[in-house]
Amino acid sequence: MNIMFLLIGVSLLAAMAFLFLFIWAVKSGQYDDTFTPSVRILFDDDLISETEPKEGTEKHMEGKNPDKEESKENSKHSLPESQ
Amino acid sequence: MEVQHFNYDNKIVKYFIIATLIWGAVALLVGLLIALQLAFPAFNLGLEYTTYGRTRPLHTNAVIFAFIGNAMFAGMYYSLQRVLKARMFNDVFSKVHFWGWQVIIVLAALTLLGGFTTGKEYAELEWPIDILIALIWVTFGANMIGTILKRRVKHIYASVWWYLASFLGIAVLHIVNSVELPVTLLKSYPVYAGAQDAVVQWWYGHNAVAFFLTTPWLGLMYYYLPKASNRPIYSYQLSIVHFWTLIFLYMWSGPHHLLYQALPDWVQALGVTFSIMLIAPSWGGMINGLLTLRGAWDKVRDQAELKFMVVALTAYGMATFEGPMMSLKSVNAISHFTDWTIAHTHIAGMGWNGGMIFGMLYWLVPKLFRTPLYSKKMANTHFWLATLGILMFAIPLYWAGITQWLMLREYNANGLLTYPNFLETTTQILPMYHFRIVGGLLFFSGFLLFFYNMFKTIAMGSLVDNEPAEAPALTDSTARKAGETLHRLIERKGVIFTVLVLIALAIGGAVEIIPMLKIESNIPKIAAVTPYTPLELAGRDIYVANGCYNCHSQQIRPLRWETDRYGEYSKIGEFVYDHPFQWGSRRTGPDLSRAGWVGSSTYKTAIWHYNHFTKPKEMNPQTIMPAYPWFAKNSVDLTDIPKKIRAMQTLGVPYATGYDQKAVADYKQEAQNIVAELKASGVEVTADKEIVAMIAYLHKLGRDISPANQKQ
Repeated sequence: MNIMFLLIGVSLLAAMAFLFLFIWAVKSGQYDDTFTPSVRILFDDDLISETEPKEGTEKHMEGKNPDKEESKENSKHSLPESQ
Repeated sequence: MEVQHFNYDNKIVKYFIIATLIWGAVALLVGLLIALQLAFPAFNLGLEYTTYGRTRPLHTNAVIFAFIGNAMFAGMYYSLQRVLKARMFNDVFSKVHFWGWQVIIVLAALTLLGGFTTGKEYAELEWPIDILIALIWVTFGANMIGTILKRRVKHIYASVWWYLASFLGIAVLHIVNSVELPVTLLKSYPVYAGAQDAVVQWWYGHNAVAFFLTTPWLGLMYYYLPKASNRPIYSYQLSIVHFWTLIFLYMWSGPHHLLYQALPDWVQALGVTFSIMLIAPSWGGMINGLLTLRGAWDKVRDQAELKFMVVALTAYGMATFEGPMMSLKSVNAISHFTDWTIAHTHIAGMGWNGGMIFGMLYWLVPKLFRTPLYSKKMANTHFWLATLGILMFAIPLYWAGITQWLMLREYNANGLLTYPNFLETTTQILPMYHFRIVGGLLFFSGFLLFFYNMFKTIAMGSLVDNEPAEAPALTDSTARKAGETLHRLIERKGVIFTVLVLIALAIGGAVEIIPMLKIESNIPKIAAVTPYTPLELAGRDIYVANGCYNCHSQQIRPLRWETDRYGEYSKIGEFVYDHPFQWGSRRTGPDLSRAGWVGSSTYKTAIWHYNHFTKPKEMNPQTIMPAYPWFAKNSVDLTDIPKKIRAMQTLGVPYATGYDQKAVADYKQEAQNIVAELKASGVEVTADKEIVAMIAYLHKLGRDISPANQKQ
């Protein structure tokens, strides 16, 4: 069963890769804080789309078709409900 | 700190969502077709391209890679950008990934139905498609890693770790399992043979479950469950701990698919040990998901997406408890080769993956298209149809699996098998196959509601192709410092370094080890076992092309009720010339390992095979085997025979030097013998027909070690 040398070898390589990533993660402080990241993802979107369009976005909106108003209306309804 | 403005790429998410909906419908429809085929053979439609042996791989591949695959990419592309606060690394990569993946799916469908297959479950696709998959997968990985490197948040959220592990895992598994020697444009032989091929295949097979159906979906669960319930994950710490445990343990459990089979005991024991350990990290995920909803169960009442996720997590917990149990030898003796396994995979596939897909998309599509869901009522109806569908599907199959096992192992007072005819056990469980169709129909009708609901929602809403976002710049601690060597730089860039090391070592390892795999140097050989004659080899290729392994095993386990039924148990040395191995994983029909052992219960004469292939119902009125009348019409392309012999020689099969030149003459001579035998029984057929090669191949199975052969 020479094949086991290959598979154990490859599996060990993969395990080593993951081990390296793990050590890197711990050393680089990835796991220093194990609470805020879980909360942060709940707040991290719709920063701009919920507020008045800013300079950069206005330009972006211009190119859109006129029934944009309607969809903005829609988004106001939909978002709080799913939050 | 400087606030940067950038855009999220929503368009690519939309593409993947639409692909998910379309391929999902196709995959489930094919599932329904094969369920019908198993109960009513007429649904094989009398066509070569639509018989079960070809449609079943189409179903599995379509569900896993087309439906679940596209959904997983949709979920990843949306969440990656948001948790990393960065647009995808490269828009061209995103597009190449999307379109490349769709091209792969179309090619897969065409080649599988056309009979171009490697004959290895869930890795059936032929070599050109394998190469394309590798390229597209690396494009996806590069795109993801690029995004991680240019992120604006230092902390890499848990989900991203799961995505990253999925990419690395599948890359390694796919490449190692797909090392094959091309013979023609759409035909190749795996470099591994017999037991070796089996080990590699199930190392791949099991980990494909891990890194395609589990890790990406845990990552997605860690994003979409908190988002949909607006609750932080119960324990972020647990998510980290069970992530690292799970990925370290999964790689080793593949051999549990080969218990009691022709494989060294220590390899089996290794697989079982790691499989049992896997309960802990798997349940870590389930517990973490379910506890996230503590104090928020009222939301589950109101939100269909959460209902689906709760069912998904429950199904995941059940399947990951059942899996380790099934890897215990005594349980495996029952579950392996029976419908128990089919029930198990559908709890996981329909419950866990399906539940996560539906849950995720019921939340994501309205969010992405900035509109409320078209119909909440429809989503709730879908939930109940899906849940009942899963139960209606799985429970009859558990019942069928156990019933068949009980019948197969039943002895009468004389110490003889009570049901010596395998067909009796199949006929007994056919009513359960009818229930399965009902379950499948329920699940599919729920899917149709989902499909309609999604497209209506998409039509109502409007997508911001490039959604503006802003985030403070991340001070780049990984920028190259003055006077620093390139290696120092790479060393500090953990992710990129790991990938480079992995690629380097994998190439190095493969180059060193693959030549060692030639069969001369290993495996207890049996002197009587000879290579396939050109005719037998051609027959074997037809056996593979028609997916016979989907219903017939070639592996007799050393259990009394198997050896009494089929004959001598299978030995490692019997399979040394098998590229690929054809042990199978489910017996819808009897095992064929001893079909060439004169005097065994599965040995049949040439004329019996001829009649059985062309009109199976006349031989066994109750059989559910499809007819293969085209075997008597289609001719074998003899020009490929020398190429195949040369390929086998390259792989270490000991044909005499220059045999490729004599192979066609040998082929014709051997075929003439079978033609003469058939003629004596009153059937006229020419020597080049597929049926002749098939009969020759079936008569090779087990013949070498049979007593009749020893006497000669």
